[in-house]
Amino acid sequence: MAQRAVAIAPRWPGAIAAALVLVLTIGTLVAVGWRAEWQRGLSPADWVVIRFTLHQALVSATLSVLLAIPVARALARRQFTGRKALITLLGAPFLLPVIVAVIGLIAVFGRSGVVNTGLAWLGLPLVSIYGFHGVVLAHVFFNLPLAIRLILQGWLSIPAERFRLAASLNMPVGRLLEWPMLRNIVPGAFLVIFLICLTSFAVALTLGGGPRATTVELAIYQALRFDFDLGRAAMLAAIQFGLCAAAAALVWRVTSVDALGAGLDRVVQRWDLRWPLLDYLMIALVAVFLLMPLTMIIWRGVPGLALMPASIWAAAGRSIIVAACSALLCVTMALGLALRGGSLIAVLGVLPLAASGLVVGTGAFLLVYPFINPARLALPITILVNATLALPFALRAITPSVDAIQRDFGRLGASLGLTGWAFVRIVVLPRIRRPLGFGAGLAAALSMGDLGVITLFAGEAEETLPLAMFRLMGAFRMEAASGAALLLLALSFAAFWLCDRGGRADADL
Amino acid sequence: MQNHIYLPLAAGFALCATGTLAQTPVLQVMTYDSFVSEWGPGPAIKTAFEETCGCEVQFIGTGDGAALLARLQLEGPRTEADIVLGLDTNLTAAARETGLFAPHGVEADLDLPIAWDDPDFLPFDWSYFAFVGNAGAEAPTSLRELADSDIRIVIQDPRSSTPGLGLLMWVKTAYPDTAAELWADLADNIVTVTPGWSEAYGLFLEGEADAVLSYTTSPAYHVIAEDDDTKVAWAFDEGHYMQVEVAAKVATTDQPELADQFLAFMVTEGFQSIIPETNWMYPAVVPADGLPAGFDTLITPDTALLLSPEDAAAIREEALDEWRNALSQ
Repeated sequence: MAQRAVAIAPRWPGAIAAALVLVLTIGTLVAVGWRAEWQRGLSPADWVVIRFTLHQALVSATLSVLLAIPVARALARRQFTGRKALITLLGAPFLLPVIVAVIGLIAVFGRSGVVNTGLAWLGLPLVSIYGFHGVVLAHVFFNLPLAIRLILQGWLSIPAERFRLAASLNMPVGRLLEWPMLRNIVPGAFLVIFLICLTSFAVALTLGGGPRATTVELAIYQALRFDFDLGRAAMLAAIQFGLCAAAAALVWRVTSVDALGAGLDRVVQRWDLRWPLLDYLMIALVAVFLLMPLTMIIWRGVPGLALMPASIWAAAGRSIIVAACSALLCVTMALGLALRGGSLIAVLGVLPLAASGLVVGTGAFLLVYPFINPARLALPITILVNATLALPFALRAITPSVDAIQRDFGRLGASLGLTGWAFVRIVVLPRIRRPLGFGAGLAAALSMGDLGVITLFAGEAEETLPLAMFRLMGAFRMEAASGAALLLLALSFAAFWLCDRGGRADADL
Repeated sequence: MQNHIYLPLAAGFALCATGTLAQTPVLQVMTYDSFVSEWGPGPAIKTAFEETCGCEVQFIGTGDGAALLARLQLEGPRTEADIVLGLDTNLTAAARETGLFAPHGVEADLDLPIAWDDPDFLPFDWSYFAFVGNAGAEAPTSLRELADSDIRIVIQDPRSSTPGLGLLMWVKTAYPDTAAELWADLADNIVTVTPGWSEAYGLFLEGEADAVLSYTTSPAYHVIAEDDDTKVAWAFDEGHYMQVEVAAKVATTDQPELADQFLAFMVTEGFQSIIPETNWMYPAVVPADGLPAGFDTLITPDTALLLSPEDAAAIREEALDEWRNALSQ
């Protein structure tokens, strides 16, 4: 870790953000545990659940990262028309609300989906999406885009000068430049995806095919909803944190630190390009895999648009406000934490990923309830929780840039007397527009599709779009729900695109 | 930082709340989410009761029946709810144990296929669990025949959904000693197990399964709202397990008279006539005009199965283990 020369940026916003994250992750867990009447320990069935959870998360994360490496490499070294648009579009699955994505996957891989219709037409045996492989398929569908994006950033961060040097010395690019970069980037990407899959709930339950495919998060749901066994829920949530901590510790051990100097941001020229066909084939295959379910959601959703009730627009408006507020809150928190820096960030950057959404919601309920009727705080709490849950992504996006700025400009700023907010405003903000926009986009989109916390708190008047869609499904109105799913897809994507573009408005900087 | 903006916001909300409280008495009804939604019975029932009570009805919606009980337990005796509406008989034993409920004191002539004498919980609607499939397709006539067939079904998880728990009780009541064997034979028929009713029904409509666990009254929605008679419930020889949905008065209510008035209203025409075409269940008291057209097309099982709340609570753990073991093979 580079030594920080001077503490030049304000530190208290980071402290507040850190406190907020701790309250919402650990604090809510303690609140749930506090209220618990401890009844029983873990049963053998619980161990089966923990084993399955780890197993599927390991396979899903490994596959996502292994697939992402060649695709990211292909995208990094090939130039073609529509490349930028494709990179943006490939990000879409990660932004989808879980339930919408599952609908899309079933439309493609389900029993009467596109793939099986094709197989039947060719007279081939049908494939079933339900089971362990279905869970993995869905998780790869969700997380491959994230893996591609993270690894692509790694590739693009190798300065052009190094490629030039390698070419002039006739040295292998792969071993000298790409391998060290991958060693630096891949463990972190793997960890994030592993943790996302670890806390997955609806995917495993809908596509898993039965109680074999039960995750810890479902066990928490059961403990909270059916058994009202808060002690068990708290214990399982603590186990989830423990697994997360173990995984994070392992990953940090194998991550190496980049020791070569920085470049001058020249456009990368490559002299080692062979096998263009293979690269394009890779890109095409992944594009088809990721974009086909999206196409199906649009295809199914269009007829439903006309059937949507008028109230859907009010719900959509509420969702937009929630998304905008949590994106703003999320990047503010991320910036505060990144400026404060230190090892705290490494911990806070993964803590929300390991938190059980249900325990966070229940804990927040218990914390708020003594003071005010939680239904009155449905939207503010949703904003707060969504911003916190999206924090790891925003933090991951901006921390490297903020660190570099403090390293490169910190002494200069201090010698000019440029400290505190002036330093942030004049030096930091203009330089991190891009990652900041990306982080805000992710936070906005993830918040738009969230159906976790709101169900615990919402009354009549606080219906958000995902909740409205779920209520449509609950009232037999599946077609109207497909319309709402399409609207949700469009809004999530638009929110991401707007923030991401906004950040790149003067990308030449 | 952004969070300071919520403080005035919260204070504003609190002020609004005390403002309305001072004018008209408010009856807070805690219920499950789909009851409150604009297609559920909630809005019409609110209007109907407010015409007679001189009060305001506020619904607190939360998840499904199980989530409802959990929410109440979270809030404990300090709950603002006056009425809890939407528990079923699989949950009432646990609900009674909380000691949060008071006797309803309502004498009503209920149209249930079974006798009802629960002093605390009063039914407002009911139906039978059933598998709903497509008309004209192969239709088994018993759970056993379904288990022996190649028919593909989708069911809900008994650990997260009330219909899922209902099927567990259905199998256990129909096959008290051989439930585990029946589940083992059913395992290869089950396409997948979903977290809730909506996902399962959606998968069925998408064509992912031949049938879905739902209610005998579900086809009425398709007949009445969509003029579609292609969905039918299968009648099974073993009989059908019932779901009886109940409401009760919270003991700590600050509006005891209003709460009593609401429970009495619940078993009258004004409430009951709204139920069939919004909740798609049988009303607990059939209205004078009878059931809506379309309900006459539904199957009516000869044998109604239902465990007492105490029995249901007692066998749940064992039945869950049998289910989990059989389906995990």
